Amino acid sequence: MTFRIGPRTSQIIAYIILLLMTIITIIVLFFIIGYVFKNGFAQLSLEFLTDRTREMGKEGGILPSIIGTLFVTVLAVIIATPLGVGSAVYLVEYTRGGLLRRIISFGADCLAGVPSIIFGLFGFIFFVIQLKLGWSILSGSLTLAVMIIPTIIRTSEEAIKAVPLSYREISYSLGGGKLDTIWKVVLPTSLPGILTGVILGIGRAIGETAAVIFTAGSSLGMPTSVFSSTRTLAVHFYILAREGISMEKAYGTATVLIIIILFVNFVAYRLMHRFMERYY
Amino acid sequence: MIVETSHLNLYYGSFHALKDIDLSIKENLITGIIGPSGCGKSTLLRVFNRMNDLIRGVRITGAVLIDREDIHSPVCDLILLRKKVGMVFQRPNAFPLSIFDNIAYGPRIWSITDKKTLRDIVERSLAAVDLFDALKNRLKESALSLSAEKQQRLCIARLLAVEPEILLMDEPCSSLDPIATGKIEELMLVLKRKYTIIIVTHNMQQAARIADEVGFMLLGELIEFNSTKKIFTNPSDRRTFDYISGRFG
Repeated sequence: MTFRIGPRTSQIIAYIILLLMTIITIIVLFFIIGYVFKNGFAQLSLEFLTDRTREMGKEGGILPSIIGTLFVTVLAVIIATPLGVGSAVYLVEYTRGGLLRRIISFGADCLAGVPSIIFGLFGFIFFVIQLKLGWSILSGSLTLAVMIIPTIIRTSEEAIKAVPLSYREISYSLGGGKLDTIWKVVLPTSLPGILTGVILGIGRAIGETAAVIFTAGSSLGMPTSVFSSTRTLAVHFYILAREGISMEKAYGTATVLIIIILFVNFVAYRLMHRFMERYY
Repeated sequence: MIVETSHLNLYYGSFHALKDIDLSIKENLITGIIGPSGCGKSTLLRVFNRMNDLIRGVRITGAVLIDREDIHSPVCDLILLRKKVGMVFQRPNAFPLSIFDNIAYGPRIWSITDKKTLRDIVERSLAAVDLFDALKNRLKESALSLSAEKQQRLCIARLLAVEPEILLMDEPCSSLDPIATGKIEELMLVLKRKYTIIIVTHNMQQAARIADEVGFMLLGELIEFNSTKKIFTNPSDRRTFDYISGRFG
């Protein structure tokens, strides 16, 4: 004798299982953020956000780290976006899906999965020592750029591939050259997808610790140029917690970092939404 | 004769898609190309603005003359050719841009950036397809918000904006309802005063309604090319008769 479940019952069971999975995921997410906020929110004050760091972080604020984080991330994205998008355009529009494209795509996929500490080590040896850039915002940005380029290439590649062939045909049929077509049709149409890649890149770069601790350094001074060493928020948090300097300040720092990431994502999605609304 | 081909052959790899086609198309007429699916009529159309160049493995032999110039000769400027010979595609395929930017796309490629000039071109092109009154206050809206028929008109306007001489139309009404089809056909009859139109269609009634001359194609061959009246009342080839009387295709 076999025990059979009716189709209605199995529908209900599947629904409940899927709902449970979603709820668990969301609970875990909110628990982490909630836990950090609960411990860190009390630390937030005007002084914490606008003061220099004193006594290794035990006292004072985190303004140098906020500025350093934004500086390093923005510079990394400025370096990585043109390189990544340019490569993606080349791969899709100029290599016609040959062996070269498959090799580069495979390589990019592998690179995207390499642990960030490997990039940190590479950046230390190449940018900091070999190119004599020292521990600096520039070294950190270059390392982060190398780290996020594969993500930007792959997402941009998919976005560009998704542009319908008919758009290209119209452009050519109106006398457009390849460059006109890429610049005025392919890139604007694939912009939302490309932006997604850039946002993912920003997300990876802004919270990165291992890759920048070796390259941007951990100096607490106020950064003055791209050659200053800096301590990003994630590194500051790591050092405060690991060295047991101040758990309160560590949670405060984490809270600020999470708020910045939420803010960046919010703005990016608003921008994307406005762009999509305009044309689609 | 504005378009002439002699011994035109086209191969996709080893597939012989167009076989020894001799054709001459007269200025300011509508020339219809009919035939069952897969007979090569779209491929033939895409020879005239060299759209087949985008497909890998295409090989063409024989001559194609447009205004007595061999379009496959190395001195022929492909971009000028495509400006002269414009194309309307099967589906209304407006860019996901505003109505204005869609029409200004072509002129902008030709480095017209002056706002006043662009505006004049956009207005003139929209007027030529009878859309100006309906859209004059909506130029900034997305072109994708328009109905299929208006989008197809817009695509024709976008094409007219680059001032072509020959319009290639690849089943321009196949995704439109009968009323919209009728309107596009009326438009074509107006446009033929200024332009030479070559239209591919699998709708025989459409060819009968609007074309002055019709070519019938079958399996890559041009079976018969004659005045519309002759093709539909007294075709000289048995296969043409069979096709127009609905025996196959």
